[in-house]
Amino acid sequence: MSTFQILNGLTFAALLFVVASGFTLIFGLLRIVNLAHGALYLLGGYVGFTVATRTGSFALGGLGAMAAIAAIGLVLDQGLLRFVRGNDLRQVLLTLGFAFVLNDLMLVIWGGDSFTVPIPQMLKGGMRVFGVFYPTYRLFVLVTGIVVFAGLWGLLNHTRLGALIRAGVDDAEMVEASGVNIRRVFLVTFLLGSALAGLGGLMGGAFLSLYPSADAEILVFSLAIVIIGGRGSLVGVGVGSLLVGLLNTLGQVMFPELAYFVIFGPMALLLAFRPLGLFGRAATT
Amino acid sequence: MTGTEPQPIRIVGMTGRSAGAVLVVLALAAALPLVLSKYQVGLATEILIFGVLAMSIDILAGFAGRTSLGHGAIFGVSGYVVVYASAQAGLSPASAFVLGMIAATAVAAVFALLAVRTSGVYFLLLTLALGMIVWGICLRWTQVTGGENGMRGDVRPAFLVEHRPFYWAVLVATALVSYAMWRFVRSPFGLTLLGIRDSESRMKSLGYNVPLHLFVGFTVSGFFAGIAGALYAMFNNFVSPSTVALAQSVEGVLMMIAGGVGTLFGGFVGAAAIITLENVVSAYTERWQTVLGVTFILIMICAPEGIIGTLRAIAARGEERYKGN
Repeated sequence: MSTFQILNGLTFAALLFVVASGFTLIFGLLRIVNLAHGALYLLGGYVGFTVATRTGSFALGGLGAMAAIAAIGLVLDQGLLRFVRGNDLRQVLLTLGFAFVLNDLMLVIWGGDSFTVPIPQMLKGGMRVFGVFYPTYRLFVLVTGIVVFAGLWGLLNHTRLGALIRAGVDDAEMVEASGVNIRRVFLVTFLLGSALAGLGGLMGGAFLSLYPSADAEILVFSLAIVIIGGRGSLVGVGVGSLLVGLLNTLGQVMFPELAYFVIFGPMALLLAFRPLGLFGRAATT
Repeated sequence: MTGTEPQPIRIVGMTGRSAGAVLVVLALAAALPLVLSKYQVGLATEILIFGVLAMSIDILAGFAGRTSLGHGAIFGVSGYVVVYASAQAGLSPASAFVLGMIAATAVAAVFALLAVRTSGVYFLLLTLALGMIVWGICLRWTQVTGGENGMRGDVRPAFLVEHRPFYWAVLVATALVSYAMWRFVRSPFGLTLLGIRDSESRMKSLGYNVPLHLFVGFTVSGFFAGIAGALYAMFNNFVSPSTVALAQSVEGVLMMIAGGVGTLFGGFVGAAAIITLENVVSAYTERWQTVLGVTFILIMICAPEGIIGTLRAIAARGEERYKGN
């Protein structure tokens, strides 16, 4: 692969990381596989697109997308998921139903055309890196991915909330028994994870564009990343995103029509040896 | 069994009473086309086909404790192969049908190989991801699958082109396949699956090869889903990526759950409920997806045991009250 393609893979991995980290945070702590995550990504993209074109500000678009998707996450968690707590299967299928509703509503509001979020002036054009001329915006996505990773790393490892989340991933009941309102930690995590999906939607919307089946594609990639990386592990998501991003680019270059195989072949192989993923640990409950 | 109890008379494994009930239901179902319009016969055909799909999912969900979100893809692969084999490769409908079943079983075996080591949510995720791969291939491999436009082809043999004969053919196939599935889940093998559903570790320590049983169970379930898919291809004479999409798996699972997990024949009740709902709703609005999603959410919150399960629970409560007096 050329440098250009490797950079493509890395920037795609950065986008996937932003989306999948939200997915795995929720999965790891709340044990909820949020199959509406792809729909939240796409909705974040659409909202970000609308806000960014109306106000002319990319940053406002990002804030709008994150706020809107966190609000939707609040509705999903407090309005619907609270009725099926403790039952994994019903939770998953409920989020799936929610995704169907969201998708259909997006089709009503934004139609079937594809949109591209406008890139701010300072990120347009390209620059020279590692001897190739590369689009500035995609480098920005790469940097954002790294910043999000660092931010989550700091949050998880150096704050009280992060300590509670990590403890909750291992054993939520014990955390609750020691007098912590784990419900509130759950809610904050759910909102944070949703907001990350919204941010991913805006970022992805500027270089992958937004169209009605984009949510399913992102969801599959997120699933692959979580299956590879393991439940609730930040490093796992990082490694998983890198693997999936690079493999996807490799696949598109070498076997454009069967690109999916190139990602899921290794995933399947890995699963045969480590059913819980590279960095996954068995749940204690 | 003490040996002194009178053994009920059994006809092909059924008690006399249930055999009678089956005959009545079959006769009624066979008489339907005589009173229904062409459009309604089409709906009834669809209900039968999706009932088979829902039952095939129930084999895994209700009897092995593993809910698959990949059966729509297995179903769709069979459809694709049937249409491709007859329209593009020029094979006879019968051989296309057999090829479709073989392809679906092969895909199911691959899915099974990967999925048997997982359970619960991981199983769901993995089957979902695998189904998505199939969808991605159908969408992107344009030369073979026709890409987004799908493939059209007259798949039905000449004597089944009319809607009534086709309905009867599907009814016969459905009856045979349902009987086979019923025997399958009641066989010693099916009981082993039940044991695995209830306690995997106990079955393991009793010396059962759990992954092997799950593998076979999954493959057999995929075989039945493949039959449903081949029938659907003949029904529609058309396949497209939406035939293999996640929505297809989800509808199958929804029908299975609506009918009642582990009831097997509940699949037909669920299929009838969902397909009727779809057609009623479609007459008023184009937002079927929203209605489907809302139905899904409501069933998860209000009636997770499904229609039959909820009715049974109500009946059981009534009986208790009756006994209490």
